[in-house]
Amino acid sequence: MPTLNIIQAVNDALRQEMRRDPTVVILGEDVGKFGGVFRASQGLQEEFGKDRVIDTPLAESGVIGTAVGMALYGLRPVPEIQFADFIFPAMDQIVSEVAKFRYRSGGQYTCPMVIRTPYGGGIRGGHYHSQSPEAHFIHTAGLKVVVPSNPHDAKGLLTSAIRDPDPVLFFEPKRMYRAARGEVPDGEVVVPIGKARVTREGRHVTLIAWGAMWHEADQAAREAADLGIECEVLDLRTLQPLDIDAIVESVQKTGRAVVVHEAPRTCGFGAEISALIQERCFLHLEAPVARVTGFDTPFPYTLESEYLPRAPRILKAVREVMAF
Amino acid sequence: MTDPVNVPGRWEREFPLQTVIEEDGSADPARVTLTDAKALDLFRWMILSREMDERMVQLQRQGRIAFYIGAIGEEATVLGTVAGMEERDWLFPSYREHAGALYRGMPFVTFVCDLLGNAGDRMLGHQMPCHEAWAPGRFVSISAPIATQVPQAVGAAWAARIRGDDMVSLTWFGEGATSANDFHTGANFAGVHKVPVIMVCRNNGWAISVPRELQTASETIAQKAVAYGIHGERVDGNDLLAVHAATQRARVRAASGLGPTLLECVTYRVEGHSTSDDPRAYRGAEEVDAWRDRDPILRLGRYLTWRKLLPPDEVEALRAEARERIRRAVEDAETFAPKPSIQTLFQGVYAEPLWQQREQLDELRAAVAEDPRTSHPR
Repeated sequence: MPTLNIIQAVNDALRQEMRRDPTVVILGEDVGKFGGVFRASQGLQEEFGKDRVIDTPLAESGVIGTAVGMALYGLRPVPEIQFADFIFPAMDQIVSEVAKFRYRSGGQYTCPMVIRTPYGGGIRGGHYHSQSPEAHFIHTAGLKVVVPSNPHDAKGLLTSAIRDPDPVLFFEPKRMYRAARGEVPDGEVVVPIGKARVTREGRHVTLIAWGAMWHEADQAAREAADLGIECEVLDLRTLQPLDIDAIVESVQKTGRAVVVHEAPRTCGFGAEISALIQERCFLHLEAPVARVTGFDTPFPYTLESEYLPRAPRILKAVREVMAF
Repeated sequence: MTDPVNVPGRWEREFPLQTVIEEDGSADPARVTLTDAKALDLFRWMILSREMDERMVQLQRQGRIAFYIGAIGEEATVLGTVAGMEERDWLFPSYREHAGALYRGMPFVTFVCDLLGNAGDRMLGHQMPCHEAWAPGRFVSISAPIATQVPQAVGAAWAARIRGDDMVSLTWFGEGATSANDFHTGANFAGVHKVPVIMVCRNNGWAISVPRELQTASETIAQKAVAYGIHGERVDGNDLLAVHAATQRARVRAASGLGPTLLECVTYRVEGHSTSDDPRAYRGAEEVDAWRDRDPILRLGRYLTWRKLLPPDEVEALRAEARERIRRAVEDAETFAPKPSIQTLFQGVYAEPLWQQREQLDELRAAVAEDPRTSHPR
């Protein structure tokens, strides 16, 4: 079985789905001849031609707006937004159009597409190359939101997303693009949307994370084990639809939960997860649900190590919920 | 100091206002693209559109529908463009082109059900009035944000070309929309990739209370095509024959690979923006009266009279026929239950409801059962 990084896994999924389904097209800035600034679509224009791997002008609302028309007409577009930080010019198309077509037309028109975009910090990118805007999209009914943490899931989830009847925001952890490596089968890999994965079993604390932060949570769990604290680590993989059963099952067992995300704390997705846990696990809880997150500031440049919720801060939260 | 670059009248000369129907109703046969039968049929449609708009505003004033936005004075622009396209072509509406949906086969009763938001509403009560969609007629769903439909029309036409289909898409928008981001991105994408799309600007002079002069310093809308490297034309939007001919020309260009056209139809919004607006607050009666004399229905009527196709009593007969059709549609629409069932609130957000929506439907049902006031208006 080949060992791939996340970029290679994304490329593999795109290539396989384009071979399988002639309606799949890719469009975006620099995605064609150059193969994308992160090389996710490398070699695809050579194989599938300029009609299916399209270099667009530099305007995100145009990338998504034209993708909407393509999807309505029966293609399956996979637009790329070069950095999640630049998705905001397309917010009107995504929030007012993509998310609402099925609902507002009484099911007469649907707009399935996968919007791929690299997100997250730790690459010395300042606030225009580092943000984690997933909560905006989870808050918009009609969208699904997927965040893989490793190459296998990147391939399997992207495959599922392209085949999904609903529009999907597919956030790729750019810090882990090349750092996360793992075995990925050559052929078809399908990871269902809406299923979390328990990556480490434990009985004391549930650590809930996704994307790049799963790696930090896993590191914190290893360090906690040295202190005799057994963490259960949950990689959510899909944020909408959320695998609520996996969360409830784990927290009812451990009685403690720490939610980790890069985005600012206030109204981050951790707030929703925390509310769901207290609604469904109240009598099982031994401590308040803790959140280890980015701070309520723009994403900083110089102090990004301090800003990011890395293993030491997660470990501190684990010790605090244990001591409560 | 006089500006040597922006010479007044320069762009109006470059993009002359094209007309076909002369003041006396005559027309050069070489420039007429409609058969007599088709011209008469479209005259009927324009009368239906006008009568419908007037009746629906009455229904709004009576409190029977919540809102209405119509196309009074702009009928030639709407119907001339839709009639200039092929049946298979896709239409991306703004929000005044209801006659286009009906022309493409949306049943009148269905349209009125959408206005009422009742159990017969094809949109399941999900949208406010005048935001219809009619997929069997390739009339795409309407949204309120401005110009978002422009890049979408570009995308659909692009997709058709990728698939090898002979399909040209058409999108309508107001002159206010030419200030919006998506007009520019749509025109630019279409130009760069030579997409077979027709971008129709209904330049009706007003965006709610803001006049055309405060939207753009451009002398014409059509000249904006120059900057995108695409074809632009400017026609009298109250002249059905001119609009129809220009649309057909644009379609031929698009279908033969010559790319998009920006078609400016110069018309006038004779009434308020919508039933929520009172234009007396921002414009004078003289301006409006001048445009009433240039009414597109009177204009086509003069042509049909010149062609000896319109006996003196015919207009009144057509209006009576339209009113009867509207009366029946309203009567039939009002036989539906006033609201769709409660589960439709959660229907169609996703292909299948998520657990959150299933839970919330149960929660809502329980709340209604416990206290029926939950379902009552305030």
